Order: sequence, then C-alpha cells, then structure tokens
Amino acid sequence: MTAKSDNSERRVVSVIVVNEASVLSRITNLFSGRGYNITSLTVAPIPESKYSRLTIVTAGSVRVIEQITKQLHKLIPVLRVYEHEDIVEKEMALVKFPISENITDIDTLCQAYNGKIVNVGENVVIAMVADESARIEHFLKAIKRFNPKEIVRSGAVALER
Amino acid sequence: MQITGAQMVIEAFIAEGVETVFGYPGGAIMNVYDEIYKQDGFQHILTRHEQAAIHAAEGYAKASGKVGVAMITSGPGFTNAVTGLADAYMDSVPLVVVSGQVPMSLIGTDGFQEIDAIGISRPCTKHNYLVTDAKDLPRILKEAFHIAGSGRPGPVHVDIPKDVTAQIEEYNYDFEVELETYKPHTKGNPRQVKKSMDAIAKAKRPLFYLGGGIINSNAAEEVRDLVHKTQIPAVETFMARGTLSYDDDLLISMLGMHGSYAANMAMSETDLVIALGARFDDRVTGKLSEFAKNAGVIHVDIDPASISKLVNADYPIVGDIKSVVLDMLEHVERIDPNNYEGWRETISNFDELHPLTFHEDSDRLKPQWVVKRVGELLGDSANISTDVGQHQMWAAQFYPFTRPRQFISSGGLGTMGFGFPAAMGVKVATPDKISINFTGDGSILMNVQELMTAVEKKIPVINIILNNNFLGMVRQWQTLFYDKRHSETDLSVQPDFVKLSEAFGGIGYRVTTKEEFDAALKDAIEKNVVTFIEVIVERFENVMPMVPSGGSLFNMMLLEKKETK
Repeated sequence: MTAKSDNSERRVVSVIVVNEASVLSRITNLFSGRGYNITSLTVAPIPESKYSRLTIVTAGSVRVIEQITKQLHKLIPVLRVYEHEDIVEKEMALVKFPISENITDIDTLCQAYNGKIVNVGENVVIAMVADESARIEHFLKAIKRFNPKEIVRSGAVALER
Repeated sequence: MQITGAQMVIEAFIAEGVETVFGYPGGAIMNVYDEIYKQDGFQHILTRHEQAAIHAAEGYAKASGKVGVAMITSGPGFTNAVTGLADAYMDSVPLVVVSGQVPMSLIGTDGFQEIDAIGISRPCTKHNYLVTDAKDLPRILKEAFHIAGSGRPGPVHVDIPKDVTAQIEEYNYDFEVELETYKPHTKGNPRQVKKSMDAIAKAKRPLFYLGGGIINSNAAEEVRDLVHKTQIPAVETFMARGTLSYDDDLLISMLGMHGSYAANMAMSETDLVIALGARFDDRVTGKLSEFAKNAGVIHVDIDPASISKLVNADYPIVGDIKSVVLDMLEHVERIDPNNYEGWRETISNFDELHPLTFHEDSDRLKPQWVVKRVGELLGDSANISTDVGQHQMWAAQFYPFTRPRQFISSGGLGTMGFGFPAAMGVKVATPDKISINFTGDGSILMNVQELMTAVEKKIPVINIILNNNFLGMVRQWQTLFYDKRHSETDLSVQPDFVKLSEAFGGIGYRVTTKEEFDAALKDAIEKNVVTFIEVIVERFENVMPMVPSGGSLFNMMLLEKKETK
C-alpha cells in the first residue's frame, strides 16, 4: 500500500535555501532518512542574494513527489520548492579521450550536442557538451567507439519556462 | 550591554519566561552552569541522567503547554539526550535543548567529549543550530523558542562551543524574529472550510477522528463545542485522550491497535472521516487499504506534510486546529444534529456487543482494575503519565480522563523510561495536581535513578508499578504470534522495589489485594513524597481488543465473553 510501489516517474525539483552551514546535509539527510531517491543534485549560490539553488533530479510516484516537496518545505532554511512541469533542463558532461582518437569526428559529434573540444594536452583531449539529460545519455553512448578514458557529468540544472 | 555567551543564555531564558530548566552539567557547558549558579531567575533541576532531563522537560511542556527547556554537556551528555529529542520530535513537543560543545578550535579533531551533535540531532529535531559566534546567540535563542513553540511544535537543539560561551559581545534581545523561510500557516482556507462543512451536512455516518494536534493547539474547548453542536460521534487517538471528557455521550473511545471495538467499527463503517490534528499513524489505521474504506476524508492539520501522506484527503485544510474549528463553527447551522441518530445508535450497539472491559477472574489483581480504581479515587485531581507497554494501553483505555493535558505519554517513539521523569516535569508544571506514573516492572528500571532527583527536589511522583514479572507487551505478542516462545521477556528476577525506593529516600509499598492498594495510595498521597507502589498483577493478562499488526481495524481479537461473577 505504500506509495513507493506505485508508478515511479522522473522529476526535477528545485529548492531555494538560505545559504548557511549544513543546509545541504539537511536536504540529503531528508532524502536518505525517508527513503527517497536522488538521481542527481547540483547546488550553487544565487547571485546577489543570501540564497542558494539546488536542482534535484529524483524519481517517485505522484504521492512520493508530493511528500518530497512538502517535507523539503518543512525544513526551516528552505524558502521555496518548485516541482517542475514545463522546464528547460540542461546538464553538462566532460569527457577525456586519448589523443590518438579522431579529434575531428569527436568535435563534430560534440557540436551536435552543444559542445566542443575544450582542452588539448600531450596525451589527451577533453570535450565538453551541454544538453538535456536524456541527450547527454545519447551522446555518451555515441562516443563509446572513441574509447573515452574518463567521463564527468554535472547533474541537471533547470528553469521553469 | 556587553556580556558573555553564557550570560546571554541565562538572560534569554529569563526573557522567554523560563521558570524551570532540567539538566546535567559537564565540561563543555560549565561556563553556562557557572552563570546558573549566580542567577535566581529560574530554578534548575538536576536529573541523574541526561535522557531523564529531556523527558522531564517534555512532561513539563506537555502538561503546561509552554516550551520545555533542558541543558546538557557535549559528547556523552548529548548522546544520552538523543532518545529524548527523538521522542519529542515524534510527539511534537516544544523543547529548547542547549548543549555544550568542545571549543571551536577543537571541533573536528576528535577532542575529549566531542561528537558531531548537530549531525546527530538533525533527523530528530525540528531544527538545530551550531553557534559559531556569540554575536549570533541572541538571534539563535530567540529563533529557537519561536520555532519550537509555533506551527507544528517540536524540539530545537542549540549546540554552543565552550569558547563561544566565554566570548563577550553586545547583548540585545529586544527584537522580532524574522524568518523569511518559516511562516507557519495558521488560518484555514475559508472556501475549503465551507466545502468541508457542506460535505459533513451531506454525510450519513460522519465521524470525528480527534488527534494530538488538538491538545497542542489548545483547541479542546472549541472541538467539544463543534462535537456537541453537530452531535457527530467522535473517536480519539492515544495522543488526544482527554479532548472529550470520558463521560461525554459522543465520545466512543480510543481507536487503533488497542482501541475499543465500537471505535474501530465506527471508523470502518463511517462515510466521512473528519480528522482534526491526527496523522493516520499505522497504530491507528491498521491495514491502510481497508481503513475507512468507503469514506471521504476531511483532514485539518497545521503540517501540510501530514495531509495526504498516508490516506488521501478529499478536503485538505492546512491550518491551526483552533482557528479552523472556530471557522467551522461559523457554518455549524448547515448541519442538522438530528441526522445522525441512527448512526449513533449503530455505534452504541457496537459498544453493547463488545464493550471495553475486562474480567476479574484471577486470584491476583487485574492491572485494568488498578487503573480504574485510581480513576475512581483520583479522577480529575490527578495527571497521568505512563511508561511504554501494556500498562500504557490499559491507562489509555480505562482511566476516566476529563481534560486535555491530563494524559502524558510517549506515543510516537514508544520510549520505555519516559514515564517517571516526565511525571516529575508534570508535577513541577502543575503542582496542585497529583502526579501519577503508571509503569511496568520493565519500564521503571529504565530511569529508576530519578528517584534521587525526586527526593532531592521533593517532587512527589507516585509510580504505580503494575508488576507481572514480564516485559508484558512483548510477552503478549510472543504468546499470540510466536507460539508462546517467551524469548528474554521473563522478568522473574527483580529488585525489591520497596527497598529500592527507600534506598533513595522515597517510600514504597508492595500490594497484592484491593484493600492494600487503596490504603497504599491514600498513604502515599498523605506522605507526599516520591513513591513506588508495586502492584502484583495477573501475569498473563493481554491487552484487548487487539488489531494484529498490519491487519484491518475491523478484524479485532476480542476479549473472550464470560459470565460476570
């Protein structure tokens, strides 16, 4: 009967919090303590304010997502919680390739995903792409044949339209 | 004025109207205790264990409606207090708990008596603070009292490093709390209130489901008014006992795992649940999919997260119970109190079929008789605390509660060892009432050291130990669900409870008959010192009715029918 057994859906939740010590652990404690998922989490200060913005990608049924937003809102340093419906969402990925791979092909592929080669070193090149999380997944599949040595994803950030 | 952080704590407590602080000193909090020594604005009660300090502050808060205050040191002082914090969090008890911490320069170095206190208290407090600068202390303390007592109340923990308590800064407490991110919603949406009253008017078998939020909101009087004007029957949760008087015709009884047959059947048959400050706890609902299956739900609660958490609310109203019930009373003429005569009759038939009762069929005293007898003898003149277990359920079932804040118990967390220190806090808060603690032979040993506190501070709590030589509730489950394998629940080896109390300077009685019990209680009240009354009761008595864990409310194990002697 628990809501957790219902259909689980991917959701993006933004949380505006007072930028103070240990606020991040309040948020992550809440997720772990109540058994909610965090797929990704990004956090950075909002310019010229005392607040920070967290973007959390989570998964759960409608009821679980409702509980997540309510429980987040109960935390004292939380100003606002947005459970996004219609959003622009972007995620960044950095990928390190051996210099021996075909750099032109990699660059062309990156451009299709809002990216480019950002660094060329003695042994490796580093490429950057920024796109919707689902498209980042595609990109990471597509570049497998270039033998990526390391991949870093930033987690999603989102804004309501 | 320029004062130390320690002096700020004292000044802030006095400004907040604190009269009693329960606590235990230690290294990291010594600067503050030095200031406690010098002041006479409030009394400090030294408990003999930090856990007991928190429970005493809880008892004080629950009985008085004020914010309870406790003070402890760092490290083990703090970790001992964690159970109390968790207990207060589960039962929405307003507390401010101040703990010492190692000096800032030692934080993170595994210093002596260092522990990440706010890391530990985070999931069991409403909010917590680590004070890193005495400049922030007045603001933090003011916020702490504000947060603890407003909205859905709860414990707030303030951790202060030792050097911060020595730091001298400007102190000013004359300002308003400004928390942009915390503004509890107290006024219910007027349209939702109207819609819910229309729903009640249309319902054929509505039922009030009264929860502990009513007590926190000091709304019992308004709720009584609403119940009486609508003539709609009501069930109470464990936490709401005393909202309606025991002799109110519209009060069915407590519902839930050990609720009465009539209360649980009414909840199963109702077509509209009117939940006021209740949170659909699993001990109340039993199997969720079968709970009030055909009913609509009106849910009034100050905590939005409690609404539609477990049971979907058709009419959610976020607000303070008192404010919302007053708004509901504005529309009460929409409801015809004559509509529910048949429904009330159905419920009284349930009650006649399986009344909440017990059989006096044993040579030994029945624990339920003891509770009932205390009710007959003391009634309204006593406040009733309990520990956790069978005795707790019997107290909730059989004591004739007449008012809110009369029943003080650990509901959500179920903390054995709660009762005695809580009953001390209750007595300090309400000295004109007799403070009874119903306890068991298991629970009482979990904070038995508080005999010393009660003797020293002359707090005459009467502990009635219903002694069945068992961890009774666990034994009951073992009997019923584990094929009578009574694993580690037989407490045949016991202290001499009379001598134990006497060793601390209290008094004790061991009673086996009704006459002895009456005499002991009378004598204890006259002597007015902390007391153990050990009552030898039937060993294998079960709490009935019982909804087995995870079962449906209407599938109760019932008391066997017997011809009454």
